[in-house]
Amino acid sequence: MTFINYASREINCKIVYYGPGLCGKTTNIQWIYEQANPEKKGKLVSLATETDRTLFFDFLPLDMGTVKGFKVRFHLYTVPGQVFYDASRKLILRGCDGVIFVADSQRPRMEANIESIANLATNLKENGFDIRSIPYVLQLNKRDMPSAAPADEMERLLRFRNEPMIEAVANRGTGVIETLKACARQILLELQKG
Amino acid sequence: MAKLDLVMYEEEYKALQDIIGRLQRDAQAKVVFLVDKNGQQIAAAGDVRSIDATSLASLTAGNVAATDGLAKLIGEKEFSLLFHEGEKDNLHISIVGKRGILVVIFDQNSSLALVRLRVKKASRELQEIFDKVEIRAQSESGGSARFESPFSEITDEDIDKLFGD
Ligand SMILES: Nc1nc2c(ncn2[C@@H]2O[C@H](COP(=O)(O)OP(=O)(O)OP(=O)(O)O)[C@@H](O)[C@H]2O)c(=O)[nH]1
Ligand SMILES: [Mg+2]
Repeated sequence: MTFINYASREINCKIVYYGPGLCGKTTNIQWIYEQANPEKKGKLVSLATETDRTLFFDFLPLDMGTVKGFKVRFHLYTVPGQVFYDASRKLILRGCDGVIFVADSQRPRMEANIESIANLATNLKENGFDIRSIPYVLQLNKRDMPSAAPADEMERLLRFRNEPMIEAVANRGTGVIETLKACARQILLELQKG
Repeated sequence: MAKLDLVMYEEEYKALQDIIGRLQRDAQAKVVFLVDKNGQQIAAAGDVRSIDATSLASLTAGNVAATDGLAKLIGEKEFSLLFHEGEKDNLHISIVGKRGILVVIFDQNSSLALVRLRVKKASRELQEIFDKVEIRAQSESGGSARFESPFSEITDEDIDKLFGD
């Protein structure tokens, strides 16, 4: 749900990073946090376990600048990827404007990627969204891993609607901003449709 | 998607802000926030700078969402109120209508009873505004928006500029 405030001339958009456990969702947001201009970023809130697994969500507010005189602010969230946190994942999708699916390129994780997309479809539906039409980006993360599957093979398995597909190495920042931008573009163009 | 958007105009925003400001004074609270159920801040009053409002909004929404989940699990529709008592400051969280959350932070200068009383009154008033916003949104989705959408001609360059290239 985009919140457009004509009084303070602000637009707030909620973007959710989704994907299986350990695929690199939190790493994406951390990298954005570390490299963002200090005036542009808010606090990074991470509700995590003692072993740094996301327990409820990570949250990062980002001020992006202005479009047509409106301040654009992104609220980035990650979900907990571990299968048994499904109830929390569903809650975090509430009112989202766009989803970034972070896939783990390692071959042994392919099944987990597929399951996680199916889970995303279900949880979006329960929140009144359609995975076929919501702003959506596919990120192939961990391209640096020796066991990474070829991109075209992953494309066949995971890409289902001609969505932007971006290769990434999140801990080095490769592809991270590009991914966010691909999602932001779709959200802003969606606003245009009214 | 557009139908779900929350679009707020100047006078509605001002009306909300007035109610929040009055609540903060009448309840003798330190700060009052009005937050959207999705974690976005709508309005605030009081000593706002003492708190990271953006994180507060997001965590409050997470808290309410989790509590909603708990309510459904045990067969309740929702819990309309959360209260967290601290050593100095207390947090009073209540639901307003379908999409609003009211957060009141207060210390020993006030009391739970006073906060409750004032919140009740303010909630009714806020509810009226939210209803108006919704009715207006519905009538506008039929066609004639009052303002031309400012986003009718976003270009790729506009988007590139946001990312500083
Ligand atoms: N080699 C490599 N490691 C990565 C990459 N991206 C993330 N990692 C590492 O993978 C591990 C898990 O990353 P997280 O970002 O915590 O994963 P997550 O998706 O948030 O996991 P959950 O919170 O459990 O859902 C960390 O040790 C990261 O440093 C990558 O592109 N390449
Ligand atoms: Mg995580």
